[in-house]
Amino acid sequence: MGSFLLLAFLLLIAGVIAVPLASKLGLGSVLGYLIAGIVLGPVLLALNVDVISLQHFAEFGVVMMLFLVGLELEPQRLWEMRAKLLGLGGLQVGVTAGIAAGVSLVFGLPWTFAVAIGLILALSSTAIVLQTLNEKNLMKTDGGQSSFSVLLFQDIAVIPMLALIPLLAMPDLVEEWDMAALSHDTEIVETLDSHGDDHADTTHGGETHASDDHGADAAHAGDDHGGGDHGPDLNLVDDLPGWAQALVTFAAIGAVIAGGSYLTRPLFRFIELAHLRELFVAAALMMVIGIALLMTLVGLSPALGTFLAGVVLANSEYRHELESDIDPFRGLLLGLFFMTVGAAIDFGLLFGNFFIIIGLTLGLMLVKALVLYGLAIIFGIKGSDRWLFTLSLAQAGEFGFVLLSFVVANQVLPQVIADQLLLAVAISMLLTPALFIVYERVITPKFIEDQAREADEIDEEGTAIVAGFGKMGGIVNRMLRRAGYTTVVLDHNAGLLERLRPFGVKVFYGDATRPDLLHAAGIEEAKLLVICIDEREEITELVKYATQHYPNLHITARAVDRHHVYELYAAGCRDIIRDTFDSSVRMGRSALEALGVHPHEAELQARDFEDRDRYALRELATTFDPDIPAHLNEPYVQRVKELREEEEAEIQGLNMHNTRLDRGWHPPGTRDVDSIVEENEAARDRKK
Amino acid sequence: MARVLLYYAHPGHRHSHVNKEMFRAAQKVDGITIVDMYAEYPRHDIRVEREQERLLDHDVILFQHPLFWYSTPGLVKDWIDLTLQSGFAYGDNGDKLKGKILMQAITAAGPEDAYTTDGYQHFPLRTFLTPMEQTANLCKMRYASPYSLYSALKAPGAGEVAPHVSGYVSLLEALRDDRYDFDAAPDVVSYATLPLKVEA
Repeated sequence: MGSFLLLAFLLLIAGVIAVPLASKLGLGSVLGYLIAGIVLGPVLLALNVDVISLQHFAEFGVVMMLFLVGLELEPQRLWEMRAKLLGLGGLQVGVTAGIAAGVSLVFGLPWTFAVAIGLILALSSTAIVLQTLNEKNLMKTDGGQSSFSVLLFQDIAVIPMLALIPLLAMPDLVEEWDMAALSHDTEIVETLDSHGDDHADTTHGGETHASDDHGADAAHAGDDHGGGDHGPDLNLVDDLPGWAQALVTFAAIGAVIAGGSYLTRPLFRFIELAHLRELFVAAALMMVIGIALLMTLVGLSPALGTFLAGVVLANSEYRHELESDIDPFRGLLLGLFFMTVGAAIDFGLLFGNFFIIIGLTLGLMLVKALVLYGLAIIFGIKGSDRWLFTLSLAQAGEFGFVLLSFVVANQVLPQVIADQLLLAVAISMLLTPALFIVYERVITPKFIEDQAREADEIDEEGTAIVAGFGKMGGIVNRMLRRAGYTTVVLDHNAGLLERLRPFGVKVFYGDATRPDLLHAAGIEEAKLLVICIDEREEITELVKYATQHYPNLHITARAVDRHHVYELYAAGCRDIIRDTFDSSVRMGRSALEALGVHPHEAELQARDFEDRDRYALRELATTFDPDIPAHLNEPYVQRVKELREEEEAEIQGLNMHNTRLDRGWHPPGTRDVDSIVEENEAARDRKK
Repeated sequence: MARVLLYYAHPGHRHSHVNKEMFRAAQKVDGITIVDMYAEYPRHDIRVEREQERLLDHDVILFQHPLFWYSTPGLVKDWIDLTLQSGFAYGDNGDKLKGKILMQAITAAGPEDAYTTDGYQHFPLRTFLTPMEQTANLCKMRYASPYSLYSALKAPGAGEVAPHVSGYVSLLEALRDDRYDFDAAPDVVSYATLPLKVEA
């Protein structure tokens, strides 16, 4: 227990210190985590922590991320992406694997090694790239979408690769290489002896892991990526004949789609009975883990399964709720994953073969970048997007780790090559944030005009968030929609949502006063937040939160009475609407008309009343104190009395001429005309 | 029988001396249509289709209003801006108002001699009404000389209100009964110079 707490504390403190620093320096969170991992590496080693197991566990963050990506992607859009997904993704994997294999052959490796190496290096890092694209708000650009297509294809392509790779096994050849390497390794160890006392440990951390743990894991490496399961092999379909496997596979995918479509709603309605926030989180986690488990059982990619579930739920009103529930876990797990990548770098091996490994890494990245750039041209990806696509995917990825342990276990590749590739993969991942920095600092400024245009396109999150879909919110939303604006409507009354669904009204389930939900609803991109919820205290809290965190966001807030107006003003809102005021004034006007007042006159009376009321509201604001009840607030009571006297006096004069009511439309007096005539005659006389 | 449409526009109706009386008397004239513009559109939300319908249904369009700053009250301008659309009132295919009469009945605070080159208004009254006259021209309507009352503020004291109001009633009836002689009208018509056709 103690060691678990220590480990957790170490990981958390490293992240908490490194990530803000990295962000402050403009390096992005991924590099922050990686650096934290590198720093932490020796400490973890000293504590005998199994970094690789930790990494497998943390890879579940990728599964969660794909679930979230799916939530953002409506089925229709996924279908529209199919050409990119298959064409771009397929060509990227195929061409890169081909070139990498060809280069391996040139260096005299056997063809089986070459094919395995090609497949391993063709993959990119979903974790780093998607995290960075999201963080930098590049996901919706053409380059971001293309990168995502390729990553998704790779995630799916891993499954057939895992099936194919064992066919390449050549145990004799591998043994031969390993024997040769063993003697070579001893040389490295000897040269390294002067390098530091911890070298023996380092070798342990890298090589022993690779040979022992990887070997043990490799049998179920396929599910490692998602299941994070290190227990007995859970695959249920291995022993089935081919047709039955296919059947089970389709049944599992069907179950995910059907479950997502038809079970989510009843499930969440059931959960709402408990009125407990954490139960939503529990349910969301249960869904994601359950799907991952199901996929693992039938030998499919958990990432693919949760991605599909996400797509199915993208149209659901629980979308933002799910997003905000899963997002923190995704963030923490991915952070952990990046730290383990940093921590797993075997510096002993790196410095021993420094130029080989760095050369390998840079060569790999160059080849990948060239392939990507070529594909970008073929697929018409232009301007800065072409560079984004090229630079973002030029690394190898975490799937590479999985495949590497798998190929070693299946005796496809010798350990010595796998270890060097492992380093190259890790370093290429480490360098990826740097490429994003190049993109931001060097490429983007050259395409500033393009960027401005693209910025508009990104803006597809709701430009207005309407919180509360009661009588007020409903009307506001209808008006905004009618005027052509996109809105995201939030309400946490599941019963209301249920009654609205048959009418095709799109409202997201969720408590708008929760920051994470506002985030999921896209408050960062929104121009406007309209607060129409019923509860007075919640309105005030939401205004306080929103003004504090989003100073540029316009907030239109509902006030339930005059005192609430003052509270909201104090909380920083400058667009406050009293919920029944306008309709009451209209009702007063209607009453005046019914009593025989000319409609124009009644309109003037109504406007005058509004002016007068707002004046009193402003006057009293200065004396109002939210901490003292109004009737006990001496200056407030005093000012109310004065204002009432003022008004009485005004009513006395209201029916006389030239009051504020008929200003401008009242005819001038005859004296006015006379004075004009006199002036004119005087002027004429002067001329003469 | 001509179909007469009377648009009355006075935002200060309550304080009016002359126009209020004219309006009250006009309401007693049978067979003409009367619209109190400020009552119908207190928030200036003019319904264009309804107004165009009205124009199509009538032959003589008469605006009764006080002269405000050498022009109509604001609502009349809004009405013109919105109702006289191209394709309806003017421009390509815009001949729906062709041949109709456009007329104003106005009250002016200044005396008649103010509306001369030497007077303090410096221009004849008709000069100030040229925007309306040209509006009629563009819409292929005939602009008829305005029925006017000078020194309207002094009218109650000078005993001018009653003859002006009864002249107004005669005008409306004559327009309705096709007894108004547009060709014989002077530039500015008063109750004393109403060009009525002698009954046959």
